[in-house]
Amino acid sequence: MSNPTEIKPAEAPSPSGLRLKARFPLLALIAERLLLSVLLLFAVSVLIFGGVEALPGDFATTYLGQSATPQAVANIRSELGLDRPLVTRYVSWLGGALQGDFGTSWASRNSVSEQVGKRLGNSLFLAGFAAIIAVPLAVGLGMLSVHFRNRMPDKIINVLSLAAISLPEFFIGYLLILYFAVDFGIATFPATVYDGMGLAERIQTIALPTATLVLVVLAHMMRMTRAAILSVMSSAYMETAELKGLSAARAIVKHAAPNALAPIINVVALNLAYLVVGVVVVEVVFVYPGMGQYMVDAVTVRDMPVVQACGLIFAAVYILLNMVADILAIVANPRLRHPR
Amino acid sequence: MPDLSSGLLSVRNLKIEATSYPPGEAPKRITIVDGVSFDLEKGKVLGLIGESGAGKSTIGLSALAYGRGGAEITGGEVNLNGTNILSLDRGGIRKVRGARVCYVAQSAAAAFNPAHKLGDQVIEASVKHGLMTKDEARKRALYLFGVLGLPNPETFGNRFPHQVSGGQLQRAMTAMALCSNPELIVFDEPTTALDVTTQIDVLAAIKHAIEATHTAALYITHDLAVVAQISDDIMVLRYGKTIEYGPVQQIIEAPTQEYTRALVNVRQAIREEAPDQSQALLKVENVSAQYSNGFKVLHDVSLHLCKGQTLAIVGESGSGKSTLARVITGLLPPSDGRITFEGKPLTPALKNRSRDELRRIQLIYQMADTAMNPRQTVRDIIGRPLTFYDGLRGAAKTARVKELLEQIEMGTGFVNRYPAELSGGQKQRVAIARALAARPELILCDEPTSALDPLVAEGILKLLARLQEEQQLSYVFITHDIAIVRAIADSVAVMHRGRLVRFGPKSQALSPPFDDYTDLLLKSVPEMKLGWLEQVLTTRRMESAGN
Repeated sequence: MSNPTEIKPAEAPSPSGLRLKARFPLLALIAERLLLSVLLLFAVSVLIFGGVEALPGDFATTYLGQSATPQAVANIRSELGLDRPLVTRYVSWLGGALQGDFGTSWASRNSVSEQVGKRLGNSLFLAGFAAIIAVPLAVGLGMLSVHFRNRMPDKIINVLSLAAISLPEFFIGYLLILYFAVDFGIATFPATVYDGMGLAERIQTIALPTATLVLVVLAHMMRMTRAAILSVMSSAYMETAELKGLSAARAIVKHAAPNALAPIINVVALNLAYLVVGVVVVEVVFVYPGMGQYMVDAVTVRDMPVVQACGLIFAAVYILLNMVADILAIVANPRLRHPR
Repeated sequence: MPDLSSGLLSVRNLKIEATSYPPGEAPKRITIVDGVSFDLEKGKVLGLIGESGAGKSTIGLSALAYGRGGAEITGGEVNLNGTNILSLDRGGIRKVRGARVCYVAQSAAAAFNPAHKLGDQVIEASVKHGLMTKDEARKRALYLFGVLGLPNPETFGNRFPHQVSGGQLQRAMTAMALCSNPELIVFDEPTTALDVTTQIDVLAAIKHAIEATHTAALYITHDLAVVAQISDDIMVLRYGKTIEYGPVQQIIEAPTQEYTRALVNVRQAIREEAPDQSQALLKVENVSAQYSNGFKVLHDVSLHLCKGQTLAIVGESGSGKSTLARVITGLLPPSDGRITFEGKPLTPALKNRSRDELRRIQLIYQMADTAMNPRQTVRDIIGRPLTFYDGLRGAAKTARVKELLEQIEMGTGFVNRYPAELSGGQKQRVAIARALAARPELILCDEPTSALDPLVAEGILKLLARLQEEQQLSYVFITHDIAIVRAIADSVAVMHRGRLVRFGPKSQALSPPFDDYTDLLLKSVPEMKLGWLEQVLTTRRMESAGN
């Protein structure tokens, strides 16, 4: 007899919205995630704006340097609208951001959205290219280490990937530069791309930053893949498949894969989010003209509109990919897809 | 015993070994099954019975040439229609599995893939082995769902495993095994995880299906009363060896071996009912309880227990019997009603109770395993309440721990052992000693024997009865096993869906006239006699015809 210690309530009766939630738990959960993501993004925008406001230092004094007379500072401040109250500025900034307008850069007087658009493309190209290599490699290595479980190849894969994740990305970056660009001279540095570059040339240029990013995210995905497959392979329904006399291929494709996929997809999505955000450091190391580089430059000159725009976009990408991971995990659960 | 040549399955001198890796020691070779031989004819059922570790599941799986968890078949023959399937290559074995021999697992809930519809899983083996087309297989599945008494056979296959009940899943698993028209089915404890009232339905469905399809079966269980209803022959196993093997009638009515006799006679009355049940020690008055989300789990329960006596609370899973224990301990304070102990009201919530109130009521759990810290020695486990309630330390504490170990018949040598070094029965004894260490007046026993083998459980029950006699202990004994109730209780409370449906001295509570639920419950408990299942089913049919 199973453990009868607790009676599971069928459904907690709550006054409103119960019926809809009970009938469409999947849609309800997804809607909940979407709503939460929007709320989270809103909260992040407040944090970013407030955080940047609270930073010590001031654009006007930095910009004017030696010639920062009180009058000149006040002029610049009123020119940039900094004399308006905080809430007013926040509301107008958020209103603009919602329409895709992040204002004008204080330093270069260019439109932030235009600049960000170009650089975001570069960053996504780098992260995407890293993902294209990292995801199949991680899943493949995970499967390989399951196949050689607790034997030499498994241990080697584990140790190497752990070593890679344990080193900070800038350190890995410098190591790669030292060996592949300086000593052997087979890779280019800096990895600066520009408009009008051909695809092949572009890929060749970003080889080192891509390798750095791949090494950083590989271990986590690889180990989660290994764990997910192992846990599925040891489950009772895999024994059932074997006792049905099914071929190994069918058992894996039909019975193991649908159950192992959900956790793997989840960890892949989380790592993609990390990739997009993690490029900041790598871009600086490799002098790559992406969002991260742009943001770091803006921070040094206190160019607030740019810092805020970059922060918000990074946060949005991170939240979006995490939300996708959540939703995929929900969709992959047959209990939610097919309620009682 | 049948002639060797005519048998469908003939197992000869089976030897199965495994390597165990005890922590901190060199790997050991252990023999799980040693020299077992038996024969099974077409259409017959052989029951394999024994306690856990007897090797019965391992023998069952050998009929599919499969060793679970590192078990290796190292000797003997498993002849299926004259072919030794152990000598087949992988491809040959695959053609046997799922086609000629099928397997029904104890936990169908785990054995079905959560990602696929039941219908697809039921017909998978038949289709993949090329035995029938998809349509033919679907038709057969539909027929089998009907034979097994599943609701709405037409649409049952479209449901996912999590959408049906445990009893239905177990029947679906039987349908899955029967679908490919196998020569042999191995049933591995198919009803053990079910409530008694569900078990009887599944048992009847399996018996009916076996008869309707003329399939032979190996039926593995630890419950002799169950196997007696369904088998033609029975083999009693212990420590991987055959103890006794013969026709069901001989095994049940004239066992020749001491061990078999002990199994047949398990749970004879241990204790006579106390005549005077008027002096209440514990009184539960109109108690209701609900979870924090408002879900009501207990409705207006009133009962009492006298000093030095045992109150048995019976019911299925979900009946609220464990919840009642949680309310008495204060883990879940009642939303309504009150509880008195020795005439004084008991503080409702655990965290507000005084140390003395805590001391007087102790608990023993179903899973002694999870109720003990695996990193603590027996001395620490039993010594904790000694320090907490009586402030004992050092030598005085060790002396008292040893005294308690003597009381639970374990000997003082166990003082420095860890839980992992104890058997299931020994762990439960340590749990009892821990409860005794607090010098309680009342012990709440939550299914303390349901995870144990029958003879081990019997030892625990006798120990509890002796301690009760010596120390005037009172027990609230929660169980789903009517046989235990008959053996040890003074008074009985029957619970169903959070309500008390019956309460009184055992002699009254378990005698007619019954309410409907108690009647169903009592009639569902397998009895150690031949033809019991048929008898119950006939009575049921007559009753439903009469209605």
